[in-house]
Amino acid sequence: MTLEAYFDYFILPVLTISVILVFIRLIKGPKVVDRVIALDLIITIGIGIITIFTIRSNQKVLLDVAIMLALIAFLGTVAFSFYIEKREDD
Amino acid sequence: MIDIIIGILSTIGALSIFFASLGILRMPDFYLRLSVTVKAATMGVGLLLLCAAIIFPDISVSTKAIAITFFLIITSPIAAHMIGRAAYFTGTPLWKETIIDELNGMYDKETHELKNEKQVNMAEICGDEPDQIADTEEETK
Repeated sequence: MTLEAYFDYFILPVLTISVILVFIRLIKGPKVVDRVIALDLIITIGIGIITIFTIRSNQKVLLDVAIMLALIAFLGTVAFSFYIEKREDD
Repeated sequence: MIDIIIGILSTIGALSIFFASLGILRMPDFYLRLSVTVKAATMGVGLLLLCAAIIFPDISVSTKAIAITFFLIITSPIAAHMIGRAAYFTGTPLWKETIIDELNGMYDKETHELKNEKQVNMAEICGDEPDQIADTEEETK
């Protein structure tokens, strides 16, 4: 079994199933903070998927998108927690 | 030889990401979910990026991959700390099997600061504040 087939038939399906499982939590999460961490985890897994796709398609430029997604995940979580904490003060 | 190393690294990475997503679905409580998510997902994505850094024989890809890993390792604990703090202040209930909540009554609800020792003793004398531990399993599920 070559490495390409291994990436295509094992690694990418496992990551896809992971995104689906996290999406169930995103839909049903009882509080808004559960949804925030589910969104954060989805973006983090997305960085992994982009990395594997970079390897498979031999396009190095796609790693720049991963950098931006990492930044957006961090800033999004920090902004969400900041405003959730402020909202309860009123 | 290098194919075997890359196979092992990517397998460990993908499986730890899978366990993180299984944990966020099955854990009984927000705080347990948070503790599963951050560590396992950061390690998994770091290992996958390490695979990309090994495969490409180009220094720019390796630099980018190491930079993303470094950024994730630095920022994800900060984000987890901030969202956990916000969740505790907004009254997210703890799991009903929780034995002790050591933060109970230690925070000033108005200014969001830790109280000093004297005020804590006063609060204990004046009567316990209601705790955040859930009464039923359904509250945190």
